[in-house]
Amino acid sequence: MLMVNLILILLVGGVLAMLSERLGETMPRKVALAVVLVDIVYLLSQLSAMPQLTQLQAPVPDDPSTWLMHFKAQWIPAFGINIEFALDGISLLMVMLTLVLGAIAVSSSWTDVTTKQGFFEANLLWTLAGVLGVFMALDLFLFFLFWEVMLIPMYFMIAIWGHENRGYAAMKFFIFTQASGLLMLVATLALVAVNQNATGVWSFSYFDLLHTSMSGQTAHWLMLGFFVAFVVKLPGFPFHTWLPDAHTQAPTAGSVILAGILLKTGAYGLIRFAVPLFPQAALDFSFVAMLLGVAGVVYGAVLAFAQTDFKRLVAYSSVSHMGFVLLGVYAWNELALQGAVMQMVAHGFSTAALFMIAGSLQERLHTRDMREMGGLWQQMPRMGAVAMFFVVASLGLPGLGNFVAEFLVLLGLFQANPWMTAVAALGLITGAIYSLILMQRSFQGEPNARYDSHRLVDFAGREMFTMTVMMVALVALGLYPQPVLDMAQPVLQSLLELTSAGVTP
Amino acid sequence: MAEMIWLVPLLPLLSSVLLMLGSASFPRLLVAVLGVGSVASAALLTMSIGMDFLADPQPFQMTLWTWMQVGNFSPGIAFYFDGLTLVMMSVITGVGFLIHLFSTEFMEQDSSYARYFAYLNMFVAAMLVLVMADNLLLLYLGWEGVGVCSYLLVGFWYQNSANGQAARKAFVVTRIGDTAMALGLFLLFTELGTLNIQGLVGAANQQWQVGDTLPLIACLLLLGGAVGKSAQLPLHTWLPDAMAGPTPVSALIHAATMVTAGVYLIARTHGLFLLAPTAMMVVAVIGLATSLMAAFTALMQSDIKRILAYSTISQIGYMFLALGVGAWAAGIFHLMTHAFFKALLFLGSGAIIHYLHHEHNIFKMGGLRSKMPVTFWSFMIGSAALAALPMTSGFFSKDQILLQAYQLPGPGPWLWLGGLVGALLTAVYSFRLVFVVFFGEAKTQTEGDTGWRMAVPLVTLCTLSLIGGYFVIPLDQVFPASSGDHPAHWVEYVSISVPLVGVLLAYLIFHSGQLNVSRLVNSSIGQSLRQFWHSGWGIDWLYDVLLVRPYYQLSRIMKGEPVDAVYSLIVALNLTFNHWLAESQTGRMRWYIASMVAGLILLLTLALQIPLEAV
Repeated sequence: MLMVNLILILLVGGVLAMLSERLGETMPRKVALAVVLVDIVYLLSQLSAMPQLTQLQAPVPDDPSTWLMHFKAQWIPAFGINIEFALDGISLLMVMLTLVLGAIAVSSSWTDVTTKQGFFEANLLWTLAGVLGVFMALDLFLFFLFWEVMLIPMYFMIAIWGHENRGYAAMKFFIFTQASGLLMLVATLALVAVNQNATGVWSFSYFDLLHTSMSGQTAHWLMLGFFVAFVVKLPGFPFHTWLPDAHTQAPTAGSVILAGILLKTGAYGLIRFAVPLFPQAALDFSFVAMLLGVAGVVYGAVLAFAQTDFKRLVAYSSVSHMGFVLLGVYAWNELALQGAVMQMVAHGFSTAALFMIAGSLQERLHTRDMREMGGLWQQMPRMGAVAMFFVVASLGLPGLGNFVAEFLVLLGLFQANPWMTAVAALGLITGAIYSLILMQRSFQGEPNARYDSHRLVDFAGREMFTMTVMMVALVALGLYPQPVLDMAQPVLQSLLELTSAGVTP
Repeated sequence: MAEMIWLVPLLPLLSSVLLMLGSASFPRLLVAVLGVGSVASAALLTMSIGMDFLADPQPFQMTLWTWMQVGNFSPGIAFYFDGLTLVMMSVITGVGFLIHLFSTEFMEQDSSYARYFAYLNMFVAAMLVLVMADNLLLLYLGWEGVGVCSYLLVGFWYQNSANGQAARKAFVVTRIGDTAMALGLFLLFTELGTLNIQGLVGAANQQWQVGDTLPLIACLLLLGGAVGKSAQLPLHTWLPDAMAGPTPVSALIHAATMVTAGVYLIARTHGLFLLAPTAMMVVAVIGLATSLMAAFTALMQSDIKRILAYSTISQIGYMFLALGVGAWAAGIFHLMTHAFFKALLFLGSGAIIHYLHHEHNIFKMGGLRSKMPVTFWSFMIGSAALAALPMTSGFFSKDQILLQAYQLPGPGPWLWLGGLVGALLTAVYSFRLVFVVFFGEAKTQTEGDTGWRMAVPLVTLCTLSLIGGYFVIPLDQVFPASSGDHPAHWVEYVSISVPLVGVLLAYLIFHSGQLNVSRLVNSSIGQSLRQFWHSGWGIDWLYDVLLVRPYYQLSRIMKGEPVDAVYSLIVALNLTFNHWLAESQTGRMRWYIASMVAGLILLLTLALQIPLEAV
C-alpha cells in the first residue's frame, strides 16, 4: 500500500494546495512543501520498518516476491491490466531522489511565482506523482499512464508560468514526448500481443513479459519503440532539441524538476525496460546507442559553450551529462551501470542547483543573458561561491558525486569499447571549457556597471539552506558513494544475469 | 605518530572550510592564524612522523575507508608512506608554511584576505593527498584538486578578465593531460585489476615483459598527465600565463609543488616505466627539449615573473631528463632543491613587485641592490643555486642529473651535451636578471625593504638553497640503485665550469657591457629569432590557430542548433500542408459541390474497377 499512498498523498495534496489559495496567497507553497515533506516522512517511516533494507537481496527480475515491495490489484482483467507496483533498490533510490528534489523545487519557487499559485503548486505535485508512478509501476499499461500523467502538468507549468517564449517551448516539449510516447504505446501493445500469441494469456505485467519469445526482427523493432521514447526523455542526441527550449522557458521549479527528475525517467526506462525486455536486440543495438551517447556528450558540450543564455548553457550541459548515462547503460556491465545510476542521482542535484542559481539571477537581474552579467561575485559572494561549487561539480571534480559517476561509466565503457571511451573522454575537456566559461561570464570579470546603482541581494537563509543540502549530498556521494552503490548493486547484478541468459554469445 | 598521518592533510582542509564559511566575519588576525597555523601544524606533524620513519624506515599503508566498491574495483581513501612520500610532504608543508607566512604580509591590503587563505589551505590539502595516496584514483583526486585550486588562485583577482582567461587556460590545458591520464587509469585497471600503486607495479611486472606494448601505452598516457601538470612540451603553454595570480601563489603552486606533480607521478610509478624503455626515452627527450626551449625563451623575456616561469619549465625539464635516464633519486633531489631556490626567487620577485607598485618589467627596475638588501641577497643566492654554481644546492642536484645522463648507454653523451647547453643558458638568463634588476641605475622608487613576515621566509629559503645540497634524502628503498661508477673526470670538470662561463657571459653582456651583442641582436636573423623565442617558439600561436579558434568557430556555427533544423522542417511541411487544406475551405457552395461531385465520380470509378479485376 505504501507505494499507492505515496502517489495518492501527492495527488490529493495537489488538490489541497490549489484550494488553499483561498486562505491566502502564500498558502499554496506552504501546503505543497508540507505535502512533499509528509511524503518523505511517510516513506522513511515505512522504510525503517523494512527488515530487508539493511541486507538487500538480489531481486529476481521476474519474481516479484523477491523485490522489496510488491502490490497488485485488478484493474481491467479482460486485458490482463493490473494496478501493479513494485519497488527494488533502483526504484527506491529514484523515489527518494524525486521526493528530495521535489521539496527543493517547491522551495526554489518560493518567491518567483506570483500568479495562480495554487494551480502552480498543484501541477508541481501532480508531476511528482506521475514521476513516482513511473518509477514504481511494473504493469506496462499503468507505466504508460503515469508516463502521460507526468507530462501534462509539466506542460502547464511551462505554458502558464514560463518565460517569454513559453508557448513554443511547451508545445515542443509536449509533441516530442507525446510522439515518442506513442511509439512506446504501440511497442507495448505489440509486445503484449506477441506474448498472448505465445502463451494464450493477456498480460501487461513486466514480470510476465520479461521472457516473451519473439523473432529477432520483431524484438528489434519493439526495442526501438521503447528506446526512442526513453531517449527522447533522456534526452539523447539527436532527440534532445526540445530540452534547451523547455528548460530555458520553464519557471525555476519546472527546470529543477525537468532536469533533476524527469530526465531520469528516460534513463530508468532504459535500464528497467528497453534492455531487459529485449536483451539480444539491445546488445545488437548497443554500438549505435553508444555512438549516440558519445555524440551527445560532445555535441552537448560544444553547444553549451556557444550559449549566451545562462539557463540554455546549463540545459545543454544536461545533454552532455546524459550522454554519459546512455553510454553507461549500453556498456551494460556493473561498473558502467553503477556509474549511470550514480550519474542520475548526482546530476539531479548539481543541475537542479545550477537552475536554481539561474532562477535567482533572473529574479534579481531580470535577464538570463550572460552578456549582461559579469563580476557578480563582488555583490553576491555567497551566490558566487555556491555557483563555483556546482560548476566544479558539473565538470567532474573528484570528491564530488558527478566524478564518481563519470569515472565509473568511463571505466566500465573502457572494458566494453576502449576507443569509444577515448572519444567520450573528450567530454571531460569540453565539460571543463563550458563550465568555466559559465563562471567567467556571470560571476567573474569586470562588474557590470548596470548593477552599480542598486544593491543585489545575496543568497540568504532559505536559499543557503537548500544549497547546503545539495552540496552536502554531492560531497557525500563523492567521498562515500557506497550506500547508493549498495542499493543499486543487487538489482544491477540480477539484471546482468537475466540479460546474459537471454543473449547468445 | 604514524597513525596520525591523516591529520596532515585534514588540518589545512578544515582550516580552509572554516575560512570559507566564516570569510566575511573573521578578523584578519584570526584568518592569518588559521591559515598559517594549520599548515605549520601540518609541517610539525610531518616532521615528527619523518623522525620516526628515519629511525625505523619501514614504509606503511593506512586505509581510512573504502572509497567505493563496485565488483573488484575498490579503491580506498588510503595513504602510503615511504621515503618519497616523506620528501614530498616535507617540501609541501615546509615550503608551504614559509609561503603562507610570507603571504600574510604580501596580501595584507587585499580585501579578500580570507578567501585567499581558504584557497591556499585547500591547495596544500589537495597536494598532500596527491603525494600520500596509495592508489591512482585518490592520487587523481589530489591531482584534480590542486588543478582547481590553481585555477581559483590564478584567477584570484577575478575582476580582471585577463586573469580569468589565464586561469581557464591553465585548467583546460592541464585537463587535456589529465584526460590522457584518466585513460591510462582505465587501461591499467582493465589490464591489471587494481589501481593500488604498489599492487599495480607488482602485477605489471608479473604480467608484462620489458618492451611490451601495453606498458608502453599505459606509460605514455600517464606521461600525458605528467606533461600537462608539469608544464612540459607540448602542454607547457599555461604556466607563463598562470603568473597572473598573486606571486606567493606562483611560488607555491607554480614553482615548488604542483608543477612538480608530474615528476612525482613518474617517479612513483617508475616500476611501470622500467617496463617501457621507449616511454622512458620519450620522457628524457621531452625533458631535454622542454628545458632548452624554455631556457631560450626565458632569455628573451622582460617580465620578471615570466622569466621565472620559463625557468621553472626549464628546470622541470631537467627533472624529466633525470627520470628518463633512470636517475630517479637525482630527479627527486632536484625537485626538492628547486622547490627551495625557485620559491626563494619567486618570493623575492614578489617582494620587488610589492614594493615597486606592481612593476613587472625588469628594465624599469635597476639598482635595487642597496635599497632592498634582503631581497638582493635572496636573488643572489637563489640565482646561484638556479645556475648550479658550485656548493649551492642546485649544483649538487643538477650535477647528479648531468653525470647520470652521460652514463646512459647510447644517447647518454648527447643528452648530457644538451643538458650542458641548457645549464649555460640558465646561468646567463638568471644572472641577466640579477644584473639588470639589482645593479646599474635605479629607475623606480621603492618603498623600502621587506618586513619580518616576508624576511623570515626569504632568509630561511636562502639557507635551504645553500645547504640543501647536503641533505641526504631517504630514497634508497624507493628506487633501484644507480650504478656506482663515475664518468671520466673531464666530464665532471666541464659540467662544473659551464655555469661559471654562463655567469661570466651575463656579466660581460648585461653589466660591464664589454661584450656587445647589439649587432648580433639587431641583425635581421637576430631580430626574428628573438621574436620567435620571445613568443615561446610560437606554440601559443599554433594552438590558437589549430584548436582555440576552430573551437570558437565550431561553437558559433552550431549555436543555432543544426539538429533542430530537421524538426523545424517537419513543422514547416505540416504548416504548408495545413495551408493547402485551409485554402480549400473557401466557403463557396459552387466549389464544394463541384469537388464533391468530382470525388464521387472518382470513388465510383475506383469501386467499379475493383470487382472487375477481382472477377
